Amino acid sequence: MPNSPLILGLESSCDDTAAAVLRGREILSSIVVGQDALHAAFGGVVPEIAARAHAEKLDLAVEQAVAEAGVPLAEIDAIAVTAGPGLIGGVLSGVMTAKGLATALGVPMIGVNHLAGHALTPRLTDDLPYPYLMLLVSGGHCQFLIVRGPDDFTRLGGTIDDAPGEAFDKTARLLGLPQPGGPSVEAEAQEGDSKRFRFPRPLLDRPGCDLSFSGLKTALLRERDRLVAEHGGLHAQDRADLCAGFQAAVRDVLAEKSRRAIALYLGEHADDPAMAVAGGVAANQELRGALQAVCADHGLAFVAPPLRLCTDNAAMIAYAGAELWALGVSHDMTLSARPRWPLDRTAAPLVGSGKKGAKA
Amino acid sequence: MVSRTARRILSSPDNTAAFARALGTRLHPGDVLLLSGPIGAGKSHFARALIQSLQDTPEDVPSPTFTLVQVYDTRAGELWHADLYRLSDPDQCVELGLTDAFETAICLIEWPDRLTDLTPQNALEMRFSAGQTEKERILTLDWTDPRWNVLLSELAA
Repeated sequence: MPNSPLILGLESSCDDTAAAVLRGREILSSIVVGQDALHAAFGGVVPEIAARAHAEKLDLAVEQAVAEAGVPLAEIDAIAVTAGPGLIGGVLSGVMTAKGLATALGVPMIGVNHLAGHALTPRLTDDLPYPYLMLLVSGGHCQFLIVRGPDDFTRLGGTIDDAPGEAFDKTARLLGLPQPGGPSVEAEAQEGDSKRFRFPRPLLDRPGCDLSFSGLKTALLRERDRLVAEHGGLHAQDRADLCAGFQAAVRDVLAEKSRRAIALYLGEHADDPAMAVAGGVAANQELRGALQAVCADHGLAFVAPPLRLCTDNAAMIAYAGAELWALGVSHDMTLSARPRWPLDRTAAPLVGSGKKGAKA
Repeated sequence: MVSRTARRILSSPDNTAAFARALGTRLHPGDVLLLSGPIGAGKSHFARALIQSLQDTPEDVPSPTFTLVQVYDTRAGELWHADLYRLSDPDQCVELGLTDAFETAICLIEWPDRLTDLTPQNALEMRFSAGQTEKERILTLDWTDPRWNVLLSELAA
């Protein structure tokens, strides 16, 4: 698309600092300055909290993104920037950098919701037509969305406590496996018997698309403690069986809730119905296989954007900005950073607890 | 400074939530609750029940493990829900704005050991641990600020 505008995207709402240059759906460059090498050592992701640190890296990320794209900065048509939700310091430094660049270049600036960036990624990668169903799993978020446009989302449900990625991380912590928990628990589960431990399937007894994984973690903890007390330690096979049982429970919950979300989504009468799964869930073969099967049962195409575009990046922000700009959206210098910014402002909140028996 | 301690059996998740709501109605900005205990001890469940009970329109209370801090507007004023697990240095608590929030907001802090010297003197320490049954939790409370004497005796009544 040679006539599509050239968009510079900035993202600094959480741990990583990123910049990207896009023309249409073509990613000319996508730079992510993270701290991946340090993550494992701290049993999780070490956050970059300081606005100053983000600001320093943003300059370099922009410089590198523009250089790699092979376009002069002066040819950028618009700046898209994450304006929330996220840690205020990081978001603020992104917004301030965008304001400076937009002013200096004399181009429009578009404030983008970080989650909208994730939710629109299937359009960037696969040109998925609206409306589609999205299982968005990113950082602490996990929600089912119907995506009808760059600013038109309906939330069908989401996790009322931990996100699946968090449940995998905490399972790894409880069983002495390395972080991040997704890959290490999956590898361990391959050696295990998923039927030996029957873990709960939280919220399956209740209607709706809400998810809960906190009780599962507690059940796993109990089982681990029982095994340790019985055998004076945790044997390798026990650990593998725990992982397999845990993963099977997550799989069953995600599959059943997806079935319910699909039933609601089919009411949209999409010409080419599709479900997109973004995030670590799609990287887990067991979970991915279950979701693919559910989609096939209901005649939905299954789309999973590559993982590098599902983790935080600026290409998705540039893309979402481009779609919004095409609708006439742009922001002036009053654009402010929003630490909290739900995608669907009309959706009923998730009240109550995932624990069995708790009331709203 | 007299240090006091109290112990409470929370018989079920519902009971934990009821205690959270009762404590919640008595909180005001400047109150800091330090929630500690192993994974699965009920810290987040307690925090969620407390936060939602202070909201006119209850909203999602996601785990703050990834975002570090979630800020809520409540009837009782601004409320910060923080999880410091991922922090490695107390300086990062300052950069998060936590030390300011201790003065101006109600703060619920998970993994508060990361605060070290920055731990506010007036905080109420709440340690959650496993109980006799799967649903039961033991809550141990420690404090020095006399403010909590009255408040906790009200709750015990």
